[in-house]
Amino acid sequence: MLTVANLGCERDERVLFERLSFTVTAGTLLQIQGANGSGKTTLLRILAGLNHDYTGELQWQGKPCRQVEFDYRQALFYLGHAPSVNRTLTPLQNLRWFCALRGFADDAAIHYALNELGLRGYADIPCYQMSAGQQRRVSLARLALTSAPLWIMDEPFTALDRKGVAELEQRIDRHVTGGGAVVLTTHHPLQSTLPLTVVNLDALREVAV
Amino acid sequence: MSGGMSRTAIGLGGALGATLRRELQLAFSSPGRIVNPLMFFVIAASLFPLSGRFEPALLGTIAPGVIWVTALLAVMLSMESLFRGDYDDGSLEQLLLAPQPLYFHLQMKVLAHWLVTGLPLVVISPLLALLLHLPADGYAPLLIGLLLGTPTLNLIAAIGTALTVGLARSGLLLAVLILPLSIPVLVFGAGLVDTALNGLPMGGLVAVLAALLVMAGTLAPLAIGAALRISVQ
Repeated sequence: MLTVANLGCERDERVLFERLSFTVTAGTLLQIQGANGSGKTTLLRILAGLNHDYTGELQWQGKPCRQVEFDYRQALFYLGHAPSVNRTLTPLQNLRWFCALRGFADDAAIHYALNELGLRGYADIPCYQMSAGQQRRVSLARLALTSAPLWIMDEPFTALDRKGVAELEQRIDRHVTGGGAVVLTTHHPLQSTLPLTVVNLDALREVAV
Repeated sequence: MSGGMSRTAIGLGGALGATLRRELQLAFSSPGRIVNPLMFFVIAASLFPLSGRFEPALLGTIAPGVIWVTALLAVMLSMESLFRGDYDDGSLEQLLLAPQPLYFHLQMKVLAHWLVTGLPLVVISPLLALLLHLPADGYAPLLIGLLLGTPTLNLIAAIGTALTVGLARSGLLLAVLILPLSIPVLVFGAGLVDTALNGLPMGGLVAVLAALLVMAGTLAPLAIGAALRISVQ
């Protein structure tokens, strides 16, 4: 799916990483590791196409991502630090917009996804009335709505309770075993039994030095 | 992985319609976005007659300029809400990553913003014209000018807003960036009223204002998009 070749990034004249190469194929569960400030989020944002300040090349299905931008964006689900949930809108309004950007309308699926995440009855309540964890769940409801094969997730377990973490891990596992791919950062030890690929930005830098 | 059988595909039009609807929902769920620029417009313009002893005739001659300048400032103050919330909560990233062209989404966002902040200014402007003793012949050109000019101002200001959305306090910087670019609209808009009051034909100036709107409507979204991509990095 995604090939990363010779990727390098500097920020404020400090090398975050260089000569970074790896591939993400169907069934890959890849964890980016590194200390705070090692460039995990920057790397994910580069992969997602939000940050263009890098050297090296990103390829989607063998072609440079920039040339197949439409296909790549169709195939990508990005979950950032911020939940992408507008607090003044209701979960239903938020998720309707998300679905529309993905090219479909499906209220039944939205309600189903919200119910699955324990938000039954919250569809029409403004998000500012909900807790941080519940807002995070609204954000995660998008996982049930997207059909993108590649998930890029930055600290997806933030603000979730233990049950929420377990459910999210199961969802990630299901996605990977179903032929999807997940690239994520987390400080939480993954319980998954699936083979885990690790890219460690700290180790990479030590080698470079 | 879909949730059921009820999934309906919607095209580009559906996606853009959804963005427009979302922006309107946002505006109506926080009415301050609509009411504050309007209140500013009314209060700021009514300060002029209070600030001195103006003869009605003199007030009438400065009325077009006063209304246009305060409308411009009201537009400027309303812009903060266009991208700020989306930037803070990450929705902007989702918009940038949407498969559809960003260009059209941005047109929808600015259109929605104009509908809830610019159009009310146009609608209430006759009230201010009355307060400022604008001669009767000036009402039509004032309305036409504002109708064509306020969306242009919104589009121009949106470029500056997109550039400064990553900064914590962008209010004054935005004004410094945008006010110079707004001068043509101001000159032709206020000039339109003067022209009409002097009994001259207005066709030429209306055409210029319309041309500015078309130009801003087609070119500004490109600049807004580029600015947003820089701000989000």
